Amino acid sequence: MTVDPVFQRPSPLLQVRGITHRYGHHIGCRDVGFDLYPGEVLGIVGESGSGKTTLLKCISGQMEPSEGSVEYQTRDAGLIDLFRMSEARRRLLMRTDWGIVYQNPRDGLRMRVSAGANVGERLMAIGDRHYGHIRSEAVDWLERVEMDIGRIDDMPHTFSGGMQQRLQIARNLVTKPRLVFMDEPTSGLDVSVQARLLDLIRGLVRTLGIACVIVTHDLGVVRLLSHRLMVMKGGSVVESGLTDQVLDDPQHPYTQLLVSSILPV
Amino acid sequence: MADVIDHPSRAAATPPDTRAATGYNFAYLDEQTKRMIRRAILKGVAIPGYQVPFGSREMPLPYGWGTGGIQVTAAVIGPDDTLKVIDQGADDTTNAVNIRSFFAKTAGVATTERTTEASVIQTRHRIPETPLTEDQILVYQVPIPEPLRWLEPREAETRKMHALEEYGAMHVSLYEDIARYGRIIKSYNYPVKVNDRYVMAPSPIPKFDNPKMDRMPALQLFGAGREKRIYAVPPYTKVKSLDFEDHPFTVESWEQSCALCGAGDSYLDEVVTDDKGGKMFVCSDSDYCEQRRDAGHQGDGGDSNYATRNEIPENETSSGDDR
Repeated sequence: MTVDPVFQRPSPLLQVRGITHRYGHHIGCRDVGFDLYPGEVLGIVGESGSGKTTLLKCISGQMEPSEGSVEYQTRDAGLIDLFRMSEARRRLLMRTDWGIVYQNPRDGLRMRVSAGANVGERLMAIGDRHYGHIRSEAVDWLERVEMDIGRIDDMPHTFSGGMQQRLQIARNLVTKPRLVFMDEPTSGLDVSVQARLLDLIRGLVRTLGIACVIVTHDLGVVRLLSHRLMVMKGGSVVESGLTDQVLDDPQHPYTQLLVSSILPV
Repeated sequence: MADVIDHPSRAAATPPDTRAATGYNFAYLDEQTKRMIRRAILKGVAIPGYQVPFGSREMPLPYGWGTGGIQVTAAVIGPDDTLKVIDQGADDTTNAVNIRSFFAKTAGVATTERTTEASVIQTRHRIPETPLTEDQILVYQVPIPEPLRWLEPREAETRKMHALEEYGAMHVSLYEDIARYGRIIKSYNYPVKVNDRYVMAPSPIPKFDNPKMDRMPALQLFGAGREKRIYAVPPYTKVKSLDFEDHPFTVESWEQSCALCGAGDSYLDEVVTDDKGGKMFVCSDSDYCEQRRDAGHQGDGGDSNYATRNEIPENETSSGDDR
């Protein structure tokens, strides 16, 4: 039987199966699996210590899980297990096809070089050797994340928290990645800056069609950004589904507690 | 302690040198150490630009004075060799004089100040102006062998960056220079890529000397004693200075030529000649300058107009120029 390619389901960008990670006897996360499709935004919520960040580190190749597999749809060779490809290839993937936005911009930025160099670093890492081109790309991306172009040669430590976070996003998106991991991208920012940043992320993700995994404890963030939601507790996924479905009609007692703990304004 | 242990080929090569000190093995280091260093050198030559770790020994001089270079020289020098040692281009500076006499004493080798007569040249901060030949070995003293050190403090990480050829960060530092100053301002220890593979620190030579490393007929060996690394550039190997397509690598140039020999193609040092603003530019390579003067070339004796241009009274300016 042949299926018209138009109606074929796209193949997943990331296939995660049975991820378990142990820190000695303590379990970081237990038997987590999901598929992520191109252009899809997946939210992972849960309280502190629920294993969100452990899971993110495992699926983004920063840490090898004790068990399970993470397969990524590469542009040239189809699905490849992240921890079975060569380290050279994994690192290349991480700085071209992927982006990682850290909770603390200090982890994701080079604090001792200017904003422009931060944005241009990935381009130089993949072999761009034309200063003028790198510069104009940096200007372009700083504009897209709504930063003042006049500050392109300033050091990141002179920027506010919100600007550092936007700079981090620009730095990651300059190579036009297909998949971006975000670890608490808005925590530590005040609400008005948060709102602007969320708006920006939503716009960029939509227009560029980037698939995204966002880890957060803030249900407002996932409500705004993510299509699907996974709720974690004690290292396990207790509930998952479409964001609106999970937030409007929570089934698991913990999710019900979580949703009811949002402070009404 | 026993008398000096002769190098196997020594007796035939040179008559016993009265200057030689007793009680040491030939060229100070014991034979096992020299073999270990030679193995590191061979590996370095086999992988141009790759930093080979070696068991650096305690030497009778402080780190930073050329312990790495001395060990490499000791490992490659034979009784037939003629040694030249330069420091900042000059043969008569403290470092150069002492290293030269060290080998004259412990190896009994002939020494020279002439670039063309030397078979082994140990250098700190310069490459001689006279082109080197296939019969010569150039040994560099290296303080910090890792070109990525200032960008990435973790040794494990820099090794991984070399292994995976991740050199983007190196260009980030060049980008920063252009963004801030409009050009690449790094003027010494300018990073190079060797044989299209490894990024290498050429030791603190001025970038003026970088083009000389490219396809040099002589073997180039680099020794870092404190950091315990040896690396090498074999003869006729491609050495390219890193740059951007629209900001190509350039070397320094001077408006003056050498005040003593009139050379317009050498690296010049600015020398202050008095406390009234008198100065002159002279070749940093003292041998090159001397050879040219012996051949009859003459400089203008310094910039006699400097003081007048800077409006210091005429009667006080003479002392610097009457040589």
